[in-house]
Amino acid sequence: MDQRQANSLIMTVNEKKFIESALLSDIRVDGRRPFDYRNLTIRFGSEDGSSEVQLGHTQVIGFVSAQLIQPYRDRPTEGTFAIYIEFSPMADPSFEAGRPGETAVELGQIVDRGLRESRAIDTESLCVVAGKLVWSIRIDLHIIDNGGNLVDAANIAALAALSTFRRPECTFGGEDGQEVIVNPPDLWEPLPLIIHHLPVAVTFGFIGKENNVVIDPTHYEEAVMGGSMTATLNTNGDICAIQKAGGDGVLQSVIMQCLRIASVKAGDITSKIKNAGSIDVAKYHMERLTLGSDVSTAGHSNMEIGSQSNERDETNKKNTTAKGFSGRPASWDPYSRGVDGDALKASLASRVTAPPDKHIKSSRQVKADVAKSSQRSSDTNSFQEAKKIGLQTDESKTLKDAVKPRQKRRINKSTSNSAAT
Amino acid sequence: MEYVNPEGLRLDGRRPMEMRQLRAEIGAVSGADGSAMFEMGNTKVIAAVYGPREVQHRSQMVNDKALIRCEYTMANFSTGDRTRKPKGDRRSTEISLVIRQTMEACILTHLMPRSQIDIFVQVLQADGGTRSACINAATLALADAGIPMRDLVTSCSSGYLNSTPLLDLNYVEDSAGGPDVTVGILPKLDKVTLLQMDAKLPMDIFENVMQLATEGCKAVANYIREVLIQNTKQLEHRRGV
Repeated sequence: MDQRQANSLIMTVNEKKFIESALLSDIRVDGRRPFDYRNLTIRFGSEDGSSEVQLGHTQVIGFVSAQLIQPYRDRPTEGTFAIYIEFSPMADPSFEAGRPGETAVELGQIVDRGLRESRAIDTESLCVVAGKLVWSIRIDLHIIDNGGNLVDAANIAALAALSTFRRPECTFGGEDGQEVIVNPPDLWEPLPLIIHHLPVAVTFGFIGKENNVVIDPTHYEEAVMGGSMTATLNTNGDICAIQKAGGDGVLQSVIMQCLRIASVKAGDITSKIKNAGSIDVAKYHMERLTLGSDVSTAGHSNMEIGSQSNERDETNKKNTTAKGFSGRPASWDPYSRGVDGDALKASLASRVTAPPDKHIKSSRQVKADVAKSSQRSSDTNSFQEAKKIGLQTDESKTLKDAVKPRQKRRINKSTSNSAAT
Repeated sequence: MEYVNPEGLRLDGRRPMEMRQLRAEIGAVSGADGSAMFEMGNTKVIAAVYGPREVQHRSQMVNDKALIRCEYTMANFSTGDRTRKPKGDRRSTEISLVIRQTMEACILTHLMPRSQIDIFVQVLQADGGTRSACINAATLALADAGIPMRDLVTSCSSGYLNSTPLLDLNYVEDSAGGPDVTVGILPKLDKVTLLQMDAKLPMDIFENVMQLATEGCKAVANYIREVLIQNTKQLEHRRGV
């Protein structure tokens, strides 16, 4: 029951009056009109299912991961999903580390209600073996910066992350054909989630007594407003959820007007999410195409390296390491927005030798080192067997096959590596 | 499953626009400053109000207003299966927040600075519409405690099943997966203070469903006013007036 948090924003009377009187002339403190949204930027990370959303000063990072679990007894053919929101203390002085406060729980409930009750994610398609194995989707949202209106930003981050998430394909195999094999993403194209519609949240703030309504309130407006309403809608004209948890009373006509405005804004935001998503999909396909030319030679080593899994069974894009071997200057960098000048110079100087070297040095995942990776492969194999259901057992054979042709290059690299590191 | 049969009767024999039977009792908890018990059909809740009193945690004191605290709990035996954690889980936290903010909007907090008003609501029997019953019970308890309010707050829920708007859903209708709209209004001012909806609903149908819930709230408000008048008459009688 924590009510006032120690460092929450306290507004002076002057600031309150300033915001209210500015609204009487239809102007807001940051220059927007009452029904204008702030700038929305949606970016995607290097891994499938990660997104970063910036709405004005508010920043939220979303991440989607999947795991195979046993389904609930009363829903044996449906997968599950859960939303976890973390209010990082760096976002706002009033956020405290540890147990989520009331606002965090409310935020989680709003995003969850928008997705779950409206059946935006198709959970039946997540079923692998009815009654035994289903995919459990976990959506993690981290609030990085609180500039106001966390609900909308968190919702967009969740939707963006879900639309770019790819889950591994499962096939049946093994001796009796009953074992479920989770195919690594480099061999089998991972599948996107089936999302029926995008429920977008639009938040309104009610400031002052004259029923002044603003959309997308900033941090300061939130401290001044008497009540707020969040409407989650999709572009099919359906209202997925509404949350107006107390606060100042408003007329029914005002509520209906807000809903009509919200449906227009939801259309804008949906198209932004889809555009950003399609650009990312195009990039993804391009990267996989460039990978395709290397698959014949480096495909097996990719698979081995690609099948190293983290504890959360993320579907990482391991093809980035393969590109390091291909020797192309710009395409190996997972963060293709920033190519360090040294790498570019080195690659221009010597096309074949330098890029993998630079890649090894600058990459976080030092997987290009085959000696290390062969060690890791045995570790990860046992790790995977503990974690996953069944694995293809011919991996060790193919690793040896893959290593041999590369060995000549690797020896040179390892010496230069040891010299460098 | 058929929630409205061809004759137009629901599973419990009600008509689509019919509310469940209401029953309220003031003074259920003798030790509290104000208390009430509210029943909507089979849903039964008790609310107790303590305040205005001294703020227990000095750090939380607000200098110009009263601090409102609210706790919503469900008794273990309130639902069909015995629940494990009656409070502290996400749903209870959210409903506590919702009730607190709803009551905060109608209590004249600026008249009682540096004090604290506690509202405790406990669900004894849950058969759908617990949120609404809790708000109605809290209103009665606050009135019984003599806390100054702008207006009563009454709440009612409605849904949409088998293409019919239904008023005051019970548990079976609520868990059908259709939309569930909970509305809380200030009846005299005719303003909506609480509005919650889950599950998909097209916008034009939503307006009808919300209108239906608002009518339900007004009916509850009439009943609550009657109960309060009866209570006052009884108090007059006891004082020998």
